[in-house]
Amino acid sequence: MEYLQFLIILLFSPLLNGIIKKLKANMQGRRGPGIFQPYYDLIRLFRKDMVVSVVASWIFKAAPYIVMTSVIAASMIVPVITTKSPFGMMGDMIALIYILALGRFFMALAGLDTGTAFGGEGSSREMTVAILIEPMMMLSIFTAAIAAGSTNISKIAETQNLLYSPSHILALAAFIVAVLAETGRIPVDNPDTHLELTMIHEGMILEYSGRYLALMEWAHYIKQMLLFTITVDIFFPAGISHSTELYGVAAASGAYAVKMLFMAAAMALIESTRAKMRFFQLPSLLGGAFILALLSLVTYIMMGSR
Amino acid sequence: MGPEIFLYTGVLFFLSAASASLMHIPKKQYIFVLSCLGALSLGIAGLFLVSSTKIGFLPVHVSPYFQFAFSGDSLAGFFIVVISLLSFAVSVFSTGYAKDFKNKGWLAFLYNIFIVSMYAVVLSENIFTFLVSWETMTVISYFLVTFDRNDKSSKAGLVYAVMSHIGTAFIVILFLVLYTQTGSMEFSSIRAASQNLPEHIKTIVFICSVIGFGTKAGIIPFHIWLPGAHPAAPSNISSLMSGVMIKTGIYGFIRISMDILGHGPEWWGIAVIVTGAVSSVIGVLYALMEHDIKKLLAYHSIENIGIIFLGIGSAMMFRSNGLYTLSAIALIAGLYHTLNHAIFKGLLFLGAGSIMRATHTKNMEEMGGLIKSMPYTGLFFLIGSVAICGLPPLNGFVSEWLTYQALLLGFNAPSITSKVISPLGGAALALTGALAAACFVKAFGISFLGMPRSRQAQDAKESSISMISGMAILAIFCLLAGIFPETVISMISPSVLNITGSHGDISYKGFLTANQSSSLSPVAIFLSITFICIAAFIFVAACGKKKTVSADSWDCGMLSLTSRMQYTATAFTKPIRIIFKKIYLPKRELRIAYILKPLFVKSLKYSGEITPFFESYVYEPLTIFIHKAAAKAKMLQSGSLNLYLGYILITLMLLLMFGT
Repeated sequence: MEYLQFLIILLFSPLLNGIIKKLKANMQGRRGPGIFQPYYDLIRLFRKDMVVSVVASWIFKAAPYIVMTSVIAASMIVPVITTKSPFGMMGDMIALIYILALGRFFMALAGLDTGTAFGGEGSSREMTVAILIEPMMMLSIFTAAIAAGSTNISKIAETQNLLYSPSHILALAAFIVAVLAETGRIPVDNPDTHLELTMIHEGMILEYSGRYLALMEWAHYIKQMLLFTITVDIFFPAGISHSTELYGVAAASGAYAVKMLFMAAAMALIESTRAKMRFFQLPSLLGGAFILALLSLVTYIMMGSR
Repeated sequence: MGPEIFLYTGVLFFLSAASASLMHIPKKQYIFVLSCLGALSLGIAGLFLVSSTKIGFLPVHVSPYFQFAFSGDSLAGFFIVVISLLSFAVSVFSTGYAKDFKNKGWLAFLYNIFIVSMYAVVLSENIFTFLVSWETMTVISYFLVTFDRNDKSSKAGLVYAVMSHIGTAFIVILFLVLYTQTGSMEFSSIRAASQNLPEHIKTIVFICSVIGFGTKAGIIPFHIWLPGAHPAAPSNISSLMSGVMIKTGIYGFIRISMDILGHGPEWWGIAVIVTGAVSSVIGVLYALMEHDIKKLLAYHSIENIGIIFLGIGSAMMFRSNGLYTLSAIALIAGLYHTLNHAIFKGLLFLGAGSIMRATHTKNMEEMGGLIKSMPYTGLFFLIGSVAICGLPPLNGFVSEWLTYQALLLGFNAPSITSKVISPLGGAALALTGALAAACFVKAFGISFLGMPRSRQAQDAKESSISMISGMAILAIFCLLAGIFPETVISMISPSVLNITGSHGDISYKGFLTANQSSSLSPVAIFLSITFICIAAFIFVAACGKKKTVSADSWDCGMLSLTSRMQYTATAFTKPIRIIFKKIYLPKRELRIAYILKPLFVKSLKYSGEITPFFESYVYEPLTIFIHKAAAKAKMLQSGSLNLYLGYILITLMLLLMFGT
């Protein structure tokens, strides 16, 4: 059972995206598509023929598989409803970030592979944003990792139950910004637009169609839910089961669903109330988050370990 | 049979290769087969040495003071394995690569002597031998840098020679201090005596070793020779220089600062961590702005040396605090990255050599689309790129993971400074990793993907089998060292045990566990990636067979796209140039010639470049100052014989007056 908890992320991630879209639409006074719309989109895309550019090489064809693989491999490491995750020994938080980086690396290459300016633009921006996110994300995790004495997510999730220190709140703030940027949400990127001048993620996958596009989109949904899961695992693990007995797991599943809904609502709220930032204003946002992460670490050191 | 026999045989192979290359024989590129055999044999000797106690070789007495003495211990053994592995692959590559060289005899001669001199450096047992080997290595590599005779390479050679000798000067000072304080030339007796040295003497030696060996290793700010020298040399040589020669700097640093000096104060380690963090970030930032493929790789050497220093620095910091287990973990991280960098950087330079052979250009803006004409070079270059970015499942990831662990464990050190500096080093490593990924998306994406950007790129042909197999060997090792870390660590841990007195609490029952807290299983990651990939493939195939149509890329309804409309390397890195403009200090110039102002433009010339900070603001003023001082000093040297006789007279009188 516990081997398969990553399937939860795999299967429910389109639903989560549907919920965010629905909530966003409601907040903006629209009715919006149903929450199962992402599933219909994926099924439709898997059934379609594909158009592949003549310029594209095997990198273009391999990238969707590698991107999909990277997000699934990363999900295997994460404890979803129970911290007894056998794959948790396979890697830790650092491994997870690097596995996701592998997917990003190939997605950016695929953007360059078709020889269009849109793809190049998307790749260039994606890698630039990644440069700003990664140190900040690492630093905010370091605080939690040092407090737990391990970088393994299961161990971090087991050590504490609730946010209890100012340093964790600062780290959480930084981490939320990292999640927004990683999932391509406002204020960093706008997931709903294909406007050439602003797109980042959509720019890279512009040339994809049919089942490759389906893989890319699905991978994106998975990555989003995965990052939400990591956030709750590290910063509010309360409710996650520490064993594999049925009762605990059932309760943990309920808690997990509530937490995911909360994250979805938070995302929808942020997206509805914020405007997208100009690309070159991002360094101040992400740099600010880096300072928060740094403060969190210094606070932790100054206050001593509890 | 001990390691001696393999060692002698190996050296014999190299020397016979060197002498054969001076003879009149046809098809001299096959001399490199002898070098392969030599590397193989020495590699076996190295593997023996890794787990053996100290063994002495070949003492030759020149005079009572000067004698050549060589000895190997586990640390030397590890470096011998590293050198042999790369030399073997590069020699295989060279049998094809050297074919079209005009004076390949001279190349083969220098090549073999160069490799032997690197072995000699790591095997040296006394000061005299070390300095002679070190200088031989430097001088031979100078000839290799200036092998292609042109202005660029001679300037690069000059900078290299000057910087190396500044470095050597510090190494000489270091050895003189050690010799006067301990009265011994032998490393073993210096080590025994140095435990009682006063603190300030130790500090002088430490600073000299940072500068002296740091110059060879290419840490910032002593790196300026590196981006010139590596690209100027032929590609097989760049591969060796970047892969292993700069590692002799690392070897020297570990040997002197950790092995011979023993314990030092905590600030040594912190200083090394800071140096490493600065080198890694600044090195990769400059690499991003470089569109000359070999210069880009050279800047990445600075970055990776920085990462190695992060590991070594943590090891020193832990050791001065008495945390020997953690120190061992950190040193393992540093040495692991040393091996990894040799493998993937060697591979990437060979790849660059293969590209240059096919396109006759180093400028990435003139490449593009090469993955179709050169599929194998493309694949291996991609493997090297993934490895150098530290992405799983290849080798760079394992050593970077260990370095992260070492830096995070810095929290266990008692002082606040280490507690803060170590995680910040981790953040610097994360920044470096992200920048490196951006840089290699650019390097691989612009040169191998898209449409050919020039005529040469369009007509590129795949390189010969021997060149491809040279790269293939290293690519395979990228994977092996990435998924079987326990083999590599078992090769490193004897020397780590010698230096830090601990094995390092890294257990591996299927996965690595650093200090019983964080765990990683590269094999499991590799297997799961493979299986998920296959599963995804099956899943997509199960969706039914669908038609795939080939068409042009989306061109917004214009006629068709040309290669000039693609994103360029300059455009790709533009956002980074803007964000980090405080570091790059970019300059731009726009010259517009009008037919009729302001609407009708005749021609438009745009140029942009970044200011190399250290060259412009540190070394240039220094050079100007030295030139001015020299011009003043020149007045003494008028060329008149009478004046010189006068000098002698004055000196003599002064001596008679004051000397007794």
